[in-house]
Amino acid sequence: MLKLKKVMITATLVAACALPFTASSEIADTPTFTPKQLADWLHLVMSTDRAVYTKKIVNRLVKKDKVIKASEHFEDDKALVLPAQMFRFGAEEVAKKTDQFTYSLQSLWPINKQNAPRTEIEKAGLAYVSENKGENYYGVEELGGTQYFTAVYADPAVAPVCVSCHNEHKDTPKSDFKLGDVMGGVVIRIPLKG
Amino acid sequence: MLKNKNLWLWLIWLLLTLAFTTYLVMKINNKAADKSIFLPGETTHGHHQIELACGACHSKSFADKEAIQESCMNCHGKALKDNDDKHPKSKFTDPRNAERVAILDARYCVTCHIEHNPEVTLEMGVTMPPDYCHLCHEKIAEERPSHEGMAFTTCASAGCHNYHDNQALYEDYLIKHLHQPDILDKQEFPPDLNLDELAPVLPEYPIKDYPLERLKLVDANAPLNIEYDAEILYEWFDTTHANSGVNCTACHQQTINEKTVWTDTPDHKVCASCHGPEVDGFLAGKHGMRLDSERLKQELTAMTPDLARLPMKKDVQHKELGCNSCHEAHDYNTTTARVEACLGCHDDEHSLAYIDSPHHKLWKQELAGELPEHSGVTCATCHMPRIEKEFMDGMFYMGIVQHNQNDTLQPNEKMLRPVCMDCHGLGFGIDALADEKLIHNNFDGQPGVHIESMDMAEVRMKEAEEKRRRLREQAKDENSPTP
Repeated sequence: MLKLKKVMITATLVAACALPFTASSEIADTPTFTPKQLADWLHLVMSTDRAVYTKKIVNRLVKKDKVIKASEHFEDDKALVLPAQMFRFGAEEVAKKTDQFTYSLQSLWPINKQNAPRTEIEKAGLAYVSENKGENYYGVEELGGTQYFTAVYADPAVAPVCVSCHNEHKDTPKSDFKLGDVMGGVVIRIPLKG
Repeated sequence: MLKNKNLWLWLIWLLLTLAFTTYLVMKINNKAADKSIFLPGETTHGHHQIELACGACHSKSFADKEAIQESCMNCHGKALKDNDDKHPKSKFTDPRNAERVAILDARYCVTCHIEHNPEVTLEMGVTMPPDYCHLCHEKIAEERPSHEGMAFTTCASAGCHNYHDNQALYEDYLIKHLHQPDILDKQEFPPDLNLDELAPVLPEYPIKDYPLERLKLVDANAPLNIEYDAEILYEWFDTTHANSGVNCTACHQQTINEKTVWTDTPDHKVCASCHGPEVDGFLAGKHGMRLDSERLKQELTAMTPDLARLPMKKDVQHKELGCNSCHEAHDYNTTTARVEACLGCHDDEHSLAYIDSPHHKLWKQELAGELPEHSGVTCATCHMPRIEKEFMDGMFYMGIVQHNQNDTLQPNEKMLRPVCMDCHGLGFGIDALADEKLIHNNFDGQPGVHIESMDMAEVRMKEAEEKRRRLREQAKDENSPTP
């Protein structure tokens, strides 16, 4: 009888200790945000990181201190990686690690024509964010049999180095960008289940 | 009666089918069995040596695309990464490319390289129609008017573009190297290996047991019960091994099951303990791929010249290839390894023409002391070049000899940057490598063909300069005060 009592007390204690962990695990697995919020937060991190790199590293060292070049052929030219390349390399690395979301940098005036909008939402979204400063564009599209929530965010020229590099590039279709102009857009896709 | 006869025939058919199926199942499950019966067609030049190690590619029964892809990347992934692959899988996994992937699924190697299909296999083992670039780049003439009217079959066959490796062919690189002389005034070579600096930090270098110091003849530490010729001792004494603290036991003594065992003929695995990158290259190339049992998932005999598809000397048909077949044991003469070792087996037109080539003349002059070190061009200079390689994901760089000859061979434009451009201008190199006749006679003469890519790049550069000039003038006009 005493033995049974001991077992019951131990079991109750274990259950009581495990309860908070079970509860917190349940909370951690409960969806609490929408695809739109997720895309907005992802974009916030992406755009902030890139702006920091552009202003604090590229623009400072290239334009202000004039100690190094930034070049798309950074290895051959022993130069800094361009901010757009840093963004694309990150996107490629993320794509290797997960298919839960993808992101890309596109433009209506792309230097590399492979980065022109291709899907209807990309085309409409890039046009919308360049005409409506400060606004984003959201939609749902089906690609390759999967439905995606797609968000398009404006990508403005945040530093003089963005403007000069784009305007002077031999492959640019537009050479009159000014600081703050929308030069393209960030497209984030999240697959929707069901 | 007729019914009985049919029944017997059915029974015999069933028994024969069962017997044949059992025979095939036993063959497939027996690692040592000859599996050539399962080959559905002739294997490409890249894989023919290992075609009987089925599991190297078909890693499991009924392997799907993903499993085959994993096998492809297991052998080729590193080279693709090192050579800055221009069409990596990650470019095609973005959903925005779903339509393209539906037409050409470039996420998988086997979309373009299907093995065992000799009837449709083109150069580089490509099994797609040769105008495949059209599928994604159909509007190229709009971006590049100079490409108007060019056939899509010529993109990758005219010396202008490669699907994977364009490190020496991209437009800005061509522009950077415009109008270089055929032979450069100043030659540049990658640095030699700095063992003093690197050995102490390399995780696998056995510096504790074999510190970097000059050994004397009396230091040779072979056990007393081992008999050997004095000649071996003197050969060892003249090598970098004796000069860097590498004693007899470093190569000949191994620890197996916690027992120290002497071996007379150490294999490539022993060499790898100090020469890892070189052995990796050897195992990835034509000479050593049969010995890479880890990747092949089975043991194969070493490569022998009779297994090669290129013409080889008749008297060495059964010579087994390992590190010591080119670097003779104890002697490790890197001079003979650069030419004599190669010509000891290779008997094709290009190899035979080397002796009368201008490159060999330079090598003879270097050997005679008439020209400085690195002036000569040997077989190894081009096919096993010294390169600077990245290790541990960019943690450090080291000069190594690339022992995978395919790294600079196919497509041959891969040879431009690590080899040709040490001495030659880019334009000369592109033309020379596009001239089949010149390759056959081992570059004895001037290129007889001209690839127009550099001319086209120069026109584009001038157009861009003009555009920039116009923009600057426009900006100046806009900023000047109106009268």
